[in-house]
Amino acid sequence: MILNGVTIDDEFAEAFGMKATRILITAHNLPWAYQAAHTATGFATSVIACGCEAAVERELTPAETPDGRPGVSILLFATSGKELAKQIERRIGQCVLTSPTSAAYAGVRDGEPVALGKNLRFFGDGFQASKLIDGRRFWRIPVMDGEFLIEETTGIVPGVGGGNFLVLGESQPQVLAACEAAIAAMRQVPNVIMPFPGGIVRSGSKVGSRYKALSASTNDAYCPTIRGVTATQLTPEIGAVMEVVIDGLTADDIATAMRSGIRAVVDAGRAGGIHRVTAGNYGGKLGKFHFRLREIMAR
Amino acid sequence: MSPLRLTLKDRPPQRVDLSPLTGGLKASLAQIGATPLPSGNRVIRLDELFAVSGTPGSDLELEGDLSTFDGIGAGLGEGRVTVRGTVGARLGAGMLGGTIEVEGDAGRYAGTGMRGGRIRIAGNAGDFLAAALPGDHQGMQGGVMLVQGNATDRAGDRMRRGMLLIEGNAGDYCASRMVAGTIAVLGSVGRDAGLAMRRGTLLLRRPPNRLLPTFNDCGVYPLAILTLLARSWRGYPGKFGAFPETGLRVRRLVGDLANDGRGEILLPV
Repeated sequence: MILNGVTIDDEFAEAFGMKATRILITAHNLPWAYQAAHTATGFATSVIACGCEAAVERELTPAETPDGRPGVSILLFATSGKELAKQIERRIGQCVLTSPTSAAYAGVRDGEPVALGKNLRFFGDGFQASKLIDGRRFWRIPVMDGEFLIEETTGIVPGVGGGNFLVLGESQPQVLAACEAAIAAMRQVPNVIMPFPGGIVRSGSKVGSRYKALSASTNDAYCPTIRGVTATQLTPEIGAVMEVVIDGLTADDIATAMRSGIRAVVDAGRAGGIHRVTAGNYGGKLGKFHFRLREIMAR
Repeated sequence: MSPLRLTLKDRPPQRVDLSPLTGGLKASLAQIGATPLPSGNRVIRLDELFAVSGTPGSDLELEGDLSTFDGIGAGLGEGRVTVRGTVGARLGAGMLGGTIEVEGDAGRYAGTGMRGGRIRIAGNAGDFLAAALPGDHQGMQGGVMLVQGNATDRAGDRMRRGMLLIEGNAGDYCASRMVAGTIAVLGSVGRDAGLAMRRGTLLLRRPPNRLLPTFNDCGVYPLAILTLLARSWRGYPGKFGAFPETGLRVRRLVGDLANDGRGEILLPV
């Protein structure tokens, strides 16, 4: 399959079942809502060492937030419900509770409820107060700029983590520009996040390493500067490769995001220095979800 | 399908307990008509007092001056009870769900012990609205009570949870001994609001003439929780449905410091 001069490989992305939740963060204004959200989702690129994968999903208008203030929604994914619950409490406690004017609400009502403010309320040292409104309990925790309002629980639902595609092009600036366009398009899709910096990964990994202590190492087959000394997957005209990793609430959400992202890459086209789009997998035996690039683009 | 309709035809000299009716709304018309209703030291068949018509089910309509009929809708779990007239004491006592609408006034102890559902009283409510019965530890424990007229004394006494919304005025000792929950009064309140209040919120739109000295002023704030409350009232009939969602600043008084002291009276600025 060749679209606008870009070859779409007959490959598939392999993704895994995860646990997910959405949290709505509001603040006095949008920059401070983003500040709290970015802080809470910082150092959350990969479950390998961060505990969870998290990022901003989208902006919320005042009409969409429970308290009528500007806000953003964030999605968090972890390999188990227990780990996710731990990450929610740490990140909201250290990054949202501390952020001026913030408030935090559940963005998922169904699923298994886990603590959002249920334990953080004890920060109030006995001065905290709760309100039960339409079956939802909120905690009002006195803080130095007023009250931190937080919902008692959020719901944990099944999610999918590890959707991906790789963009192969002539130069670093060209591949970066194409990936930036892909991320801009994918951010319009609900229920997904791209957890890596700016949504883009430049250090794709393979399973295993020549060093015993490491379980993963650089994906040498896609590293252009060593293509002469390794079993490379790169043709001579490829000078840079970048990857986009996607987590979503459902497989359909990931497929939709991949399609809009790859479409943006294809729009950059051969004229923009882009030659190929491929995907990462482990042979198909590890992950429950397979996203075949050509099927997605043919839809 | 028309709802089950009971039209008052005879009012006995003594008060009548209508609470046995709630549990048998889905029985046959004959069984409903035979429901024994305690009245003083007598028991009267329901069809001696009411003309029974319509279809048995979860919807019930009552018509007439029922000011001596107590316990209407007591223990209601689902469905809708509509009263075209005035009701006696203990309206919706201990109800768990469903809706009760009263087009007239209600007597004492309306909503006592209710745990869920919604009651709307278009007229006035008597003393001890949503309050605990003598000997009970807790009054209203959930659900929503909306009074579009006035309430007299001791509204919300020992209330534990839920929302008590009064469009008109409340009498003396509003929110007395309140354990928790939310009371909002859009009119005036009488003396000593919040007496012995432990936790919970009393939101007022007019400052009371006299405030207890055991409430301490904590300043003026635009509390975000007020937006959540106002949004939960959207769709309610009357003034609460139009309560401002944003821009509200309130003075927060915390007390009653003579009794636990974690409650709050929120006053307009």
